[in-house]
Formats: sequence, structure tokens, C-alpha cells
Amino acid sequence: MTIATADPALAADASIAPLARRDSRTEPRLVRFLVIGFALTFLSVFVVLPLVLVFSEAFSRGVGFYLAALGDPEALAAIRLTLFTAAISVTLNLVFGIIAAWAIAKFEFRGKTFLTTLIDLPFSVSPVISGLVFVLLFGAQGFFGPWLMVHGVHILFAVPAIVLATSFVTFPFVVRELIPLMQEQGSLEEEAAISLGAGGWQTFLRVTLPNIKWGLLYGVLLCNARAMGEFGAVSVVSGHIRGETNTMPLLVEILYNEYQMVASFAVASLLALLALVTLIAKTILEAQIEEGRHVSDD
Amino acid sequence: MSGASRRTALPGFGLTMGLTLTWLSLLILIPLAGLFVKTAELSPAQFFDTVTSPRTLHALKISFGLAFAAALVNLAAGLIIVWALVRYRFPGRRIFDAIVDIPFALPTAVAGIALTTLFAQSGWLGAPLAALGIKVAFTPLGIFFAMIFIGIPFVVRTVQPVLIDLDVEVEEAAACLGASRWQTIVRVILPSLTPAILTGFALAFARAVGEYGSVIFIAGNLPNVSEIAPLLIVIRLSEFRYADATAIAVVMLVVSFLIIFVLNRLQRWAQTRSLAVN
Repeated sequence: MTIATADPALAADASIAPLARRDSRTEPRLVRFLVIGFALTFLSVFVVLPLVLVFSEAFSRGVGFYLAALGDPEALAAIRLTLFTAAISVTLNLVFGIIAAWAIAKFEFRGKTFLTTLIDLPFSVSPVISGLVFVLLFGAQGFFGPWLMVHGVHILFAVPAIVLATSFVTFPFVVRELIPLMQEQGSLEEEAAISLGAGGWQTFLRVTLPNIKWGLLYGVLLCNARAMGEFGAVSVVSGHIRGETNTMPLLVEILYNEYQMVASFAVASLLALLALVTLIAKTILEAQIEEGRHVSDD
Repeated sequence: MSGASRRTALPGFGLTMGLTLTWLSLLILIPLAGLFVKTAELSPAQFFDTVTSPRTLHALKISFGLAFAAALVNLAAGLIIVWALVRYRFPGRRIFDAIVDIPFALPTAVAGIALTTLFAQSGWLGAPLAALGIKVAFTPLGIFFAMIFIGIPFVVRTVQPVLIDLDVEVEEAAACLGASRWQTIVRVILPSLTPAILTGFALAFARAVGEYGSVIFIAGNLPNVSEIAPLLIVIRLSEFRYADATAIAVVMLVVSFLIIFVLNRLQRWAQTRSLAVN
């Protein structure tokens, strides 16, 4: 910290000429101290404490109890379902993300802003509403419900609806990362490849993909974190069938409501760990993307 | 949408655009449209009765009112946090910078049970607050705190890049022309940040209005006291009152979009104004 020359009380006085202070771009020491103090206290109370509490509660009865809670068949089934759902949703949104970003970033057309607004829609819709729309489609009173019932197809309160709701909620993550990145990079490299005789697919694999790989990974990372942690939308469509349609976040809720606090926090600690790993990977990737930008600037 | 208007040698516009529109329609647009089709099953009078019943009105008031208040807190606290992170150097700054994203990354159910345990009457923070006579968990205050938690990253992450890129010379010029530090901040820096601040506020607000997972554990969920609108939707669904659930959802969507539309307009106005000032 640099030390401001002026006395805080004097510096706060507007009548003191700015030249009286050595650095006109910083605040008095007391103000700096208060601002930093407030920021750290606020973040500690609202963010750090809840996170620490998750692990503290999870291990409050020892490592043995913790491992037993995670080894429970219901917990294992929830972990499996969460991994399965995330794998499908992330893959779908990854493929869609690349396709949509290609169309939006590489070409000019009317209604582009409108299209990106539509793609962003799931971000501004309540998770509960994201689940509700699938109940309306596939529920017993829904548009396709009666037909599905007659034909014995189970979508709602089964795995397909969980995958659909998760895909809906995580839809924008990959596209949003790719569009600005691809727009920034422009199309010159791809056009050069095409004019040298490369095919479209070849151009994409050899030119575009290496350029966007870090941004793509970044989008997948955020998409995956949300897919594994989604609660509201999945809760509405899951039906909460034990051992069958409970994802990890849903199991956290069930165990908590049954006052199995330690077991609930044990499952929660896995999700919290996922969040921490995601954040660390995100920080590393951001540095990589930044580096890629500087390289392409040269 | 007609073909690419700018000539480019790149292939695949028709194919990728076609696939984009198909997938977008199947997964997002058609399901969302179903919401409005379902609501149309109610007569206007029925719709009006549903959304103006005391319980629904109270839930909407709780969700929108507390989300607005929480977004205001996020705005003020977010600005102070951004200022500390961007302008000052202190030990642990990088770690705290990373920590800001935790509410984004932490699954909402995990945040929900953690905040509830933290602020319960026997909790780490709940116990000292209870000694002061302040009850947080299972009251509207708890909902408010949960909404503050999930909104933190929005204002910080939208304002931070703008403050980093802010031209230093403008500040120096203001100081040279005799402005006090406070005047420089309020008259020169703040107007440049206003568009980003409004965007962050709108994002935090929109997120808090629809928030479910991190709120329902700490809320207590008493009808007409601490029941949020998304929970009322879930309750109506479990009672198989689909049309009622949908009517509440439609009101939430329409009001949210109106508010975000107004905030977007404000943001654009602030942007042209701050450009004119600088």
C-alpha cells in the first residue's frame, strides 16, 4: 500500500488544493482501509463462511461417517444420474454451441441481435419455470401427455425430462463464450484456408477449432458446473423417485429435510468441491484465453 | 432470415443456421410458447382471479420486492468490492477476486442449506444475531440474505472490467482542474460506470426474482409471510393446478421482461450520456 501524504481529515476537505497531495488518484488512508475492510468482511460473511460451513458440517462426525454417507446406495445412484445427465446435456450444448456460433459469428444477417437474445432466454427465466414448461409438454395434463401415456413412453418424472430440463437451463453457456471470441478473431484465416483449397470441415478442424479451443473449454466448464448443480428445474420434473430420479442436488434436499444433516452436507461437499475445482480451472483458462488474444494480436 | 448479406467465401451458413433455428425452436421456443398456450386455457376473469388472489399477490410482492432490495444492496456492496479489488493492493486480493464467483459456481441447493445452517438460531451467525433479537432464518430477512448471496457476482463482474479500462488521464485532468477526490469520483468516474452498474443491477435482480434453490431452505415458506413466487408455482403443480401455476409463471416472466426492458433503456440512455460527457 502506498502512503498518502495528506492527513485524511484534510484530504476529505474539498477546499484543499489537489496539489497538496502527492497522488491525486487515490483516496486517504482511512478511506482505503474502510473500503478494503468492508469488501473483505462482506465477502467473508456471505461467501466464505457458507462454503467453510459445508465442509465443517460434512466432517462433523468424522471421516468414517462422511465416507459411509457417500457410499450409501442412494448417494451412489444420485452421483451416477448427475454424471449421466451432465454428460448428455454438456455434449448437446457443446455441439449446438459450435454450430450456432459459426452461423452467428462468421456471417452477417438481419435479426442477429434478436437471435442472440433468444439464445440467452434461459438465463432470464426462473429455474422453476424452466422445469414447468416441460411439465406442460409431457405431464398427464400436458400437450403430449395423453399420447405418451397410451404409448407407454416415460419422459416426465423420468431421466429424459431431467436431461431436457438440464439442457434447457445450460443452453446458452457454450454459445455465449464462443460468439465474442470468434467475432474477435474474424474470418480471414478461414477464408485463406478455403481459397487455398481446404474443404469446409477441414478448415473448421484445422483452423477454427485450434483458435477457439480454450474458449470452448471455458464454456464447457461453466456449462458442466451448472448442469451438475441445477436444482430448481430438475426438482420440478424429477418426481423425486428415490434411487431413480434423484440427482445430487435433489438428494441434498431430501436428506436435509429428513434431518440427516451430516449425510446431506456430505453430498453437498462433493458439489462444493466441484464448484471450487471449476473456479480454479476457470482462472487458469482465463489466463490461457488472454494469452491467446495477445498471440493473435502480434 | 435471408442469406448472408455480406459476401464471404466461408461455407456452411445455410446448414448451421438451419440447425441452430431447429434446435433453438425444439428445446427453448416451443416449450416456452407452451406456457402462453396453457394460460390461454383460462378465461381472462379466471386468469385475473388467480394472479390477484391474496396468496399469489403476496408471493409476487415478496419475490419482486426483496429481489429489488437485494439488488440494491448488491449494487452498493458490489461497487465497494470492485473499487477495493481494482484500485487497491492488499494481501489476498487475488483470492478474494476469485471468491466473488462462488455464488455462480456453487449449486443453489448447497448454498441454500449452508446459508440456512449459518443463520439458524444455533448457527455461527444466527446465534449472535438471535442474541441481538434478530431472527434471520425462516423469515423474509432470510430470503433477503439468500438473494444478496446469489447476486454478488453480477454487479462486481459487470463493473470490474469497465473500471479497469477507465482512462486514467480523465481523472488526472479532473484533479488538475481542482476537483476534489470525491468530486472526481462522483462527477467523472461514476457516470462512466453507470451503464455497467445498471446492467449488473438488472442481472442481479432478474436472478433473485426467479431464484429457488438457495432461497427455499432459509425462507420458512409460510403462505402470506415468507413464500416466494417460484415456490407457489411448485405448490400449484403438485396440486395438479397446472393452469394456475402457469398463470403465475406468465406474470413473473412478463413483469421481469418489462423491468429488464426499462433497465436496458436506462442503460442505453446512460451510455449515450456518459459518452457525451467524456
